[in-house]
Amino acid sequence: MGVTKTIKAKPNVKIDEHHHDEHHDQSFITKYIFSEDHKVIAKQFLISGIFWAIIGGALSSLFRIQLGFPDMDLTALSPIIGNWLTPQGKIDPEVYLALITMHGTIMVFFVLTAGLSGTFSNFLIPLQIGARDMASGFLNMLSYWFFFLSSIVMFISIFVEGGPASGGWTIYPPLSALPQAVSGSGMGMTLWLFSMSLFIVSALLGSLNYITTIINLRTEGMTFFRMPLTIWAFFVTAILGVLSFPVLLSAALLLIMDRSFGTSFYLSDIYIAGEALSNQGGSAILFQHLFWFLGHPEVYIVILPSLGITSEIIATCSRKPIFGYRAMVYSIFGIGALSFVVWAHHMFISGMNPFLGSVFTILTLIIAVPSAIKAFNYIATLWRGNIIFTPAMLFSIGLVSFFISGGLTGLFLGNSVVDINLHDTYFVVAHFHIVMGSASFFGLFAGVYHWFPKMFGRMMNSTLGYIHFWVTFIGAYLVFFPLHYIGIAGYPRRYYSFTNFETGRIESFIDLNTFVSFAAILTFVAQFIFLFNFFYSIYRGRRASENPWKSNTLEWTTPVEPGHGNWPGKIPKVTRWPYDYSKPGSKDDYIPQHIPFSSTKDSNMPEDEHR
Amino acid sequence: MSNSESPKILRMNPRIFIVWIFMISISMIFVSLISAYIVKKGEPGGFNVDLPTMFYYSTAVVILSSIFKQLSYFASKKDNFKSQKIYLLLSLITGVLFLVTQYLGWVQLVGGGVYFVGHPDGSFIYVLSGVHAFHLISGLFFIIYVFRKAVNLDIHSKSMIFIEMSTTYWHFLGGLWLYLFITLYFYNI
Repeated sequence: MGVTKTIKAKPNVKIDEHHHDEHHDQSFITKYIFSEDHKVIAKQFLISGIFWAIIGGALSSLFRIQLGFPDMDLTALSPIIGNWLTPQGKIDPEVYLALITMHGTIMVFFVLTAGLSGTFSNFLIPLQIGARDMASGFLNMLSYWFFFLSSIVMFISIFVEGGPASGGWTIYPPLSALPQAVSGSGMGMTLWLFSMSLFIVSALLGSLNYITTIINLRTEGMTFFRMPLTIWAFFVTAILGVLSFPVLLSAALLLIMDRSFGTSFYLSDIYIAGEALSNQGGSAILFQHLFWFLGHPEVYIVILPSLGITSEIIATCSRKPIFGYRAMVYSIFGIGALSFVVWAHHMFISGMNPFLGSVFTILTLIIAVPSAIKAFNYIATLWRGNIIFTPAMLFSIGLVSFFISGGLTGLFLGNSVVDINLHDTYFVVAHFHIVMGSASFFGLFAGVYHWFPKMFGRMMNSTLGYIHFWVTFIGAYLVFFPLHYIGIAGYPRRYYSFTNFETGRIESFIDLNTFVSFAAILTFVAQFIFLFNFFYSIYRGRRASENPWKSNTLEWTTPVEPGHGNWPGKIPKVTRWPYDYSKPGSKDDYIPQHIPFSSTKDSNMPEDEHR
Repeated sequence: MSNSESPKILRMNPRIFIVWIFMISISMIFVSLISAYIVKKGEPGGFNVDLPTMFYYSTAVVILSSIFKQLSYFASKKDNFKSQKIYLLLSLITGVLFLVTQYLGWVQLVGGGVYFVGHPDGSFIYVLSGVHAFHLISGLFFIIYVFRKAVNLDIHSKSMIFIEMSTTYWHFLGGLWLYLFITLYFYNI
């Protein structure tokens, strides 16, 4: 890292330390494309994430049409989706499976892992801990470009002959291992595995950087317990990534061996059209164990950054210190640690020992404790706060709502006994779309609305933000809440059609499914309000001030648009925790982290020494 | 401003820190593969493999290589450039030798009727040693990189960071094979 000391001619100029100044004359390519600046990389992740979110949402609209309007003639769409239609103008059943698989993969990994962690960990970690950049800008750049490559491969896989992977985002073998099983398990699956391997490399490089930066590059005075909760959340997220993504790589590696080299890690005793395959001795359950050892922590990789973002926004916009800061930190760690010992709750009906099932039930239900602590602390922070309803604040409160209502259904699903009935029904779909899908998305939106001024130096339009929030919030509940009933009624997930059961019971819920599809497509369309607002505001938005939300954390001490190296002068020293809002005796209702106690004599408290 | 208000932050060199986290994530690959292997060995219908004698030799070679690497580290610390480079070269050669012995070990396995394609009890041995070899190759490239730096006199007692990183990584890779070998040994007797 280059540190050049330039001695200015004027003696009264205080700024005497410039970092990275020698890079300021960068070419377009090193500045915007192969950039090593964490802020540019964050924006690259954000834009890529938005691109993928549109694709993922469009795919879900397509299969919602099939589910809600099973008899509709879609021939009008054939210029766009071409041979994905049957001659009758309906979505091909195998394409339907491909659609749900790609929707899951894209949303979980490309949007809510790369798009969320990649954006906000990159953007906020150096800014909030007071660092010039990430520990290794080069690895950071590499992380984005591995993600980019992985995106391209995944995107290509949508268009290959035979279609993209279609074994579900969990790609359980033998379905995913044998091309004879479904046409998507041919080339599409190969590309899926290749793309995900690149994705894992990208996620690991990112996580390495986040952890190292947080531990080693904090500014003077930024002790661990003075870090904003966002940083704690990103930190634990990165730890989860480092520990769990390699396991997915192992799982994928063995699957690649089975698919391409003829080994039998996951395959045994399989008959296709009466012919026995030669594979002997493998176990499909092994894949499930390996997959969910990643898969469950992955759920928290998706939600924790959102919870961190929300903590920060709720405290700022309630003008109150976050309630139970340490309890929040310990619950993030609690959730992170527990996430590694609950994976088998995804496998209750895979034939596991019932005793093991009850062990995993208990461990799963324990997660309710740190989660409830967090939910309680959010509400306690809001309680009697001086609430300012910015769009970011609304989305944060929306997240709390989803986190609670979606978390409650987790108590049912976590029970191995109840899960026998609910497993693989729409009840599960409803549960995780609310608690991790919608909640994480709301954290993402909240983060974009809140930090947009720091990213682009302009404000987003808040009226459009309010419209976006209310349509999305109500829309998401209208989509996912009815799915609970559909699930209890016995609708299995991933089914192409529910019209031919002739029981009368299943068919009686088809109109509810139609309603859900209406709501889903409406909610998807409403996201274009956000897109317009986002791109319009980048160029035409109202100019932002340095600290538009009157927030305490360090990123708001930078210039409106922080340049290379973030602070033009010295990095501010930190003297206090980030939540000194509405402190009794203080003139302003916020005291930024770098204001020393010596200048706030009126508001100092005896317990401040511990913050 | 008093110092107690903004205490200094304890720091480790970020590069060395990255190497450590990198090693942790590599360990997770092997921990997951080994646990899969152990579960597989507990199931009926499997078989024990006679580990090839070459694996014993390769274990000795990889230990030797680690020793050379450490000696090169010591030599760099004392600014003894000649032995620094000789030991680096020796660790590189023994590293390549290790890969050769691993390959010969595979040949022996095939000769003994244990194939890559077949029952997972056999395939796992290939995957474990193969994935390890893959990582070892990355370690070799790291040594070549350090050797080039050593030739340019970029590595000396005041600039130890790269040789420290590569030595840590190299010991980790050697230790990893030791761990794999011992586990394979005890699950096949």
